[in-house]
Parts: sequence; C-alpha cells; structure tokens
Amino acid sequence: MTLKKNIATSEEGFVFNPGTGDSFSTNTIGGDIIALLKDNKSLKEISEIICKKYDVDKDQFEKDLDDFESQLKDYAIID
Amino acid sequence: MKKQENNKDLSLKKKIVIAVTALNAIDSPGPGVAVIRAIRECEDFDVRIIGLSYEALEPGLYMHDLVDKTYQIPYPSAGTDCLLGRLIYIHENENIDVIIPNFDAELFNFIKLKDKLKELGIATFLPDLDQFEARDKVKLYDFGQKHGLMVPADKIIFNTRELEKTAKELEYPLVVKGKFYDAIIANTLEQAEKAFYKIQAKWGLPIIVQEFIKGTEINIAALGDGNGNAISVIPMRKLYITDKGKAWAGITLDDDTYIKLAQKFIEITKWRGGCELEIMQTADGKSYIMEVNPRFPAWIYLTAAAGQNQPASLVKMALGQKVEALKDYEVGKIFVRYAWDLITDIKEFQQISGRGEL
Repeated sequence: MTLKKNIATSEEGFVFNPGTGDSFSTNTIGGDIIALLKDNKSLKEISEIICKKYDVDKDQFEKDLDDFESQLKDYAIID
Repeated sequence: MKKQENNKDLSLKKKIVIAVTALNAIDSPGPGVAVIRAIRECEDFDVRIIGLSYEALEPGLYMHDLVDKTYQIPYPSAGTDCLLGRLIYIHENENIDVIIPNFDAELFNFIKLKDKLKELGIATFLPDLDQFEARDKVKLYDFGQKHGLMVPADKIIFNTRELEKTAKELEYPLVVKGKFYDAIIANTLEQAEKAFYKIQAKWGLPIIVQEFIKGTEINIAALGDGNGNAISVIPMRKLYITDKGKAWAGITLDDDTYIKLAQKFIEITKWRGGCELEIMQTADGKSYIMEVNPRFPAWIYLTAAAGQNQPASLVKMALGQKVEALKDYEVGKIFVRYAWDLITDIKEFQQISGRGEL
C-alpha cells in the first residue's frame, strides 16, 4: 500500500486529505505507521519496525495492521 | 528618494466608490459583507463602500468599519424603473464607480439596467441575460444535457397534482426546490406536498422537483472574465452544515476535477462575473451540478484568505483592467462562521427606517 501523494500528515498523527477535505487523528502507533508509509516502507517492513519499537505480539499486530489498511483505503488515504 | 516615489504613488491612488448589496449577514447570510471584507483587504485600491439594503435590520448596515454609508433600495418586485430612479439619486450623492449586486432575486433587474448604469458612469461585471438564464434552476437539466455536464433529473411543476406522477418518474426521496432559494427533501407524497406549499408561499411558482443524489457537498466559487476564461476557481467542502443547509465551516480542497468542471462551465457560458457551482460528489466519483448560483457565495471571503481575491479581481475587471488567471491557492484553509451581537443605537435604526439612509 502507498500513501496518496498529496496526503498531509503531522507528527501528532493528524492526517489531512486535501482532495476530499477529510481529516483524521490516529494514535501514536497509527501515526508511526503513516510516517513509515510516507517513507515507502512495505507492510512487512512496517511490521518489523513497529514490533521492534513496541512491546506487541507480531500476529496480533499484523491483524490490526490489516484492519488499519482497510480503513485507510476506505478513507482514500492510500491507493 | 525611493520613499518619496512610494508616497507619490500612494497619493495618486484613486478612491473607488463601490456599492454592494446583500448586507444580511444572518444565519442564512447574503454575500455582501464577505464581498466588502475581501475588497477592503486588497491593497491595489482605496475604496469607499456604499451599502444598498432592503431591510433596516440587515447587520451590514451597522458595520461602520466595513460600510461607509448605506441607502435603502426598492424590492426587486418594484421593477427596474423604480430601482434606476433610486440608483440615480444615490449616484448623484456618491458618484458610484462600481455596483456589485449579490442577491439572486435582484440580478435580473441589475442585468436589465447595466447599459443604463454604464451611461451614468457606473460599471458592473454581470452575466448577460442569456448566460444568466442558461443556468437557471428551471433550465439546468437541459443545460447539462446539451453540454455533457451531469445534472440530476428534474421536473418543473406548477401544482401539487403533478407531484404523484413526478414521484413515479424520479422515485423517492425527492428534492423539492424553490426557483430562487430553499430545498426540502421529501420521502413521501405527503411530505412532498407540504414542501411544495411551504416553498410556493415563500418564493412562488414554479417548483422544481429534483432527483435526490447522495454524496458529499462540494461548493466551487468561480470568476469568469466574460470571454470564456476562468480567472479564479476555488473548491470548498462544507465541514459543518446548518439546518438551513448553509455552510457554517468549510475547507479549501485540492482536486483538479472541480477546477476543470468550473473552467468548463465558464468556457461554455462565457460567464462574466462571480458564480457558485454546487456539486454533489458521489461515492463512485461522479460530480453532479446541483445548482449554479449567478453571484458570489456567502463564503467568498475564503477565496481571498486562500490567496485568490475574487471580489477584488471582479472590481478590477469592472473598471476595465486586464486580470490574469489566478493559479495558486492555499489548500486546507478553513473558515468557521460565527454569530456576533452587534450593538447599535435607536437613532441609527430610526435614521435608516425613516430616511432610508445611514
């Protein structure tokens, strides 16, 4: 998944889609995931980086990441 | 030395007298106050603003930091002769350079008078009657069909007996609309009849019954030069909508689809002046034109705040200046409207009510 090119993000996890006017707030991990997407990291790389940084179960995180990906698609944040 | 030159330039800056209508900055606001605010922010000219009002309690009348002097003018139903007589009187006192009318209901009269106003030395920047009528709600569907623009199907009706047949064709929910303002969504025949009578009582006939389109409301403020060129296009999404369907907050968008749509409209119509396209963007990416308002919207100040001052550009074109198309604007610029209790004195109310001037 890749972040749409005109999506604006902030360090606080605020995401703004200038094409639709929608804006969203994410939690800290969500913000980290979006920042990693901005750096063109793959889902696999994101999973490795997040699991290293936070004390989370890898299987559980990958399930949550799938859900998060669906949400981002629904909100037209990623292609 | 350079400073002196600048001072000289400033002293030569001519004061332009601009008359503006629609000072009703209420919960369903007219655009006048926003138009004035944008014009006053333009540093290219010094202005004296003359308010033209219909009612003694239009808030703009009492905003003396924005409006220098106000005159009441006759209601549109009084006709063009009555309006012209009043404008001549005001012009004798104020020497008006430009008039910017901002109400749908008054535009017909001002368009009819624009040549006479020109003879008096008063400039306008309005569409021709043909352009004005092409985008009329009553003709919008045909206009869309002719030019390949998506417009919801509609029926123009004159009595409630036509509602049942219309509902069978368009299916519920329907949107029942007045010829100038107001739109009510109806899910049943009973609701549609109620909406018909309510709107008829306020705005008269005909009534427009329109197919309901589900989607996101996008509004586009645009300015045409009369030769088919769009001088400015700013799309905005309503973030907060009042129970009257008005935007109480909105944000500028970055989407070429909307820019191209407005440019196409202006190119087709050779629109002269400001206008607002009301768009319904469906989930599957279709942009329906719901209405085209033949004047600036009440949120027009956002265009100036985002970097494209449409009212100021209109004034320049009205005065015969060449204005290049504006390209860049700030995306993500937000307006949030607010209500403010303006305090005035009975003397002022008495003056505008009794003398028709303030």
